[in-house]
Amino acid sequence: MRVALFITCVNDTLFPGTGRAVVTLLRRLGCEVAFPEAQTCCGQMHLNTGYPQEATRLARHFTDVFAGYDAVVTPSGSCAAMVREQYPRLARAAPGPSFADAVAETAPKVHDLPEFLVDVLGVTDVGASFPHRVAYHPTCHSLRGLRLGDRPARLLGGVRGLELVPLPGAEECCGFGGTFAVKNPAVSAAMCADKVHNVMATGAEVLCAADNSCLMHIGGTLRRQRAGVRVMHLAEILAATEDDPGTGRGAKAGTGSGTGAGTGAAR
Amino acid sequence: MSGVFLGMPAFPENAAAAVQDSQLRFNLRRATRTIRGKRAAVAGELPDWAALRDAGKQIKDHTLRNLDRYLLQLEEAVTRAGGRVHWAADAAEANRIVAGLVEATGETSVVKVKSMATQEIGLNEALAERGITAYETDLAELIVQLGDDWPSHILVPAIHRNRSEIREIFRERMGEWGRPAPEGLTDDPRALAEAARLHLRERFLASEVAISGANFMIAETGTLVVLESEGNGRMCLTLPRTLISVVGIEKLLPTWRDLEVFLQLLPRSSTGERMNPYTSTWTGAAEGQEFHLVLLDNGRTAVLADEVGRQALRCIRCSACLNVCPVYERAGGHAYGSVYPGPIGAILTPQLRRSGTVASRDRLPPSATRDLDASLPYASSLCGACFEVCPVAIDIPEVLVHLRAQAPHPRAERLGMRAAGWVFDRPVRLARAQRLGGRLRRFLPRRLPGPLSAWTDTRDIPDIPAESFRDWWGRTGGGTR
Ligand code: SF4
Repeated sequence: MRVALFITCVNDTLFPGTGRAVVTLLRRLGCEVAFPEAQTCCGQMHLNTGYPQEATRLARHFTDVFAGYDAVVTPSGSCAAMVREQYPRLARAAPGPSFADAVAETAPKVHDLPEFLVDVLGVTDVGASFPHRVAYHPTCHSLRGLRLGDRPARLLGGVRGLELVPLPGAEECCGFGGTFAVKNPAVSAAMCADKVHNVMATGAEVLCAADNSCLMHIGGTLRRQRAGVRVMHLAEILAATEDDPGTGRGAKAGTGSGTGAGTGAAR
Repeated sequence: MSGVFLGMPAFPENAAAAVQDSQLRFNLRRATRTIRGKRAAVAGELPDWAALRDAGKQIKDHTLRNLDRYLLQLEEAVTRAGGRVHWAADAAEANRIVAGLVEATGETSVVKVKSMATQEIGLNEALAERGITAYETDLAELIVQLGDDWPSHILVPAIHRNRSEIREIFRERMGEWGRPAPEGLTDDPRALAEAARLHLRERFLASEVAISGANFMIAETGTLVVLESEGNGRMCLTLPRTLISVVGIEKLLPTWRDLEVFLQLLPRSSTGERMNPYTSTWTGAAEGQEFHLVLLDNGRTAVLADEVGRQALRCIRCSACLNVCPVYERAGGHAYGSVYPGPIGAILTPQLRRSGTVASRDRLPPSATRDLDASLPYASSLCGACFEVCPVAIDIPEVLVHLRAQAPHPRAERLGMRAAGWVFDRPVRLARAQRLGGRLRRFLPRRLPGPLSAWTDTRDIPDIPAESFRDWWGRTGGGTR
């Protein structure tokens, strides 16, 4: 299967390790992974902050770049939700049928990583090994936007040695919300404080999610508090094997291994 | 809308103050979580909840699309049944009509059934200006009135108060308004309810005029419907000689049959009960009673004209969206600066007040709530919990994003967004920006300047990697070299 990776601007710039983990994982599962280098950003930040024109421009660019692939995989639930839910709305507001056609063609093929693994590839045991106590934060757009349900938990359940501990109040927002974190810092921080409190109560070593934006927010707070809990993207856990027990950031990652861990974790 | 909120600062400042109030946060957390759990249980037990919710949405949409026709049908039916219908374009007109009707009875006081519409138009304050005292009879509304306070929740206006605070309010203020609180009043909920009962009972028996809202109006028969829990509504609706109901024009339902759907949706979403204790219905004037219906527009037809925003008019004021909202739970209701707090308030208030947009800046004189209204669509992390519980499927995040596009944007943000858009337009620009970031990463301060300091006040920023993903891919051929 010819799969295009949509890395997302945040992962591309700040969390390349997550991207390398996705590549490692998908290749291990037999996919041919392409990285269309013309890709940039899905436009979510612009749309959600009130700039639909810029968002539409970026959406047009996205549909140009990703036309023609069997599937597009992205390690971000909120970016996948942006393409699948918001692009059709942007297309309705935009003049002319060509953009709407492009959206109708491309948007349904865009999948968040856990969704792609479970629904498209049909696997829940990806051959990973990660002998640690892990709590999973489902993130709002995966949970209520994409309705991923228990797919991430099933994937983590298939990981050798991994102990999945339930996170109290898991379905509650962490308070990131893109520019919300900066526009309403007091409420955002209060929400994150409660999330961190719940994470600490689990006794987990690692907090996992399928979206680095939320992890950057929660992890940044954990690190500021020197809480001793690491945050890791789901892809990084699923990429880890007994042969490559490290961080699973791509066996052939070359340079930069270690820097990619900068999901704000306390290390 | 009600004048009490005039001159309030924007949402972020209000919320920042509220977050510091640990008593408030404790009260809200407890109250919203209890009711949240109850709602989830009684909505979850119905196998056809999703179908009911969809039916509720369809009925409301159909009614809104044919509002003109159904309103005329309602007027005719109410008139036929001996009621009188008055049309009010805005708050001032509605208040004038109601005050005139009360004055015509020669009374100087009225009892009130809890009503959002009359709060929206600031009726109590307007009546007070004409020398008429309005007595609230809903328990929570009474607590707010006695405490000289503002409502902070649609269903439980005094949700920000705990019982010891309520006992203090009763002991100190009840005497000024009527029968004082009994000696030795404790903060036992039953004792507090009994004190309110005794206080209110005298009021009911002495009142000649009552003012209510309505949850629903049935166009085919001209029937009004009020759902409540305490029985105070039933008292107000039946005892006084004159009944005046002020109802928003969107509260219509075409037929009695439609009520079947909403009598299931509303109590389960609102109080988390299978059925509410009191459902009162009345058609026109009962014998020996005078009935007036004031139909209130107050910005609603303008909302109806907005294809995305109009779904807010489906709202049945159940308050489920408030009870699940993580922002409401921490900021409290007062931060929203309107009688409609929480997620529904964030989309309804700016639309009804028709302020907080770029367009209204030119059209309207500067209003005291302009900055507040502009900040409301941003009072959400877009987590979607509100949409999930809304019994009439209002996609609140969609409307929030829609309103954000119309809101005035700060200059620095506008420039930043334009610059980001420029970078994202071309992958080479993005790659260059990333390389620059990679080179400067060691110089990044722990605390960021300007608006971004809001991030680093409580969180560390992530380490910037030496190499972006795209550069790694290019250099290694996607890890194959
Ligand atoms: S928006 Fe929906 S959930 Fe919120 S009060 Fe209205 S009907 Fe209830």
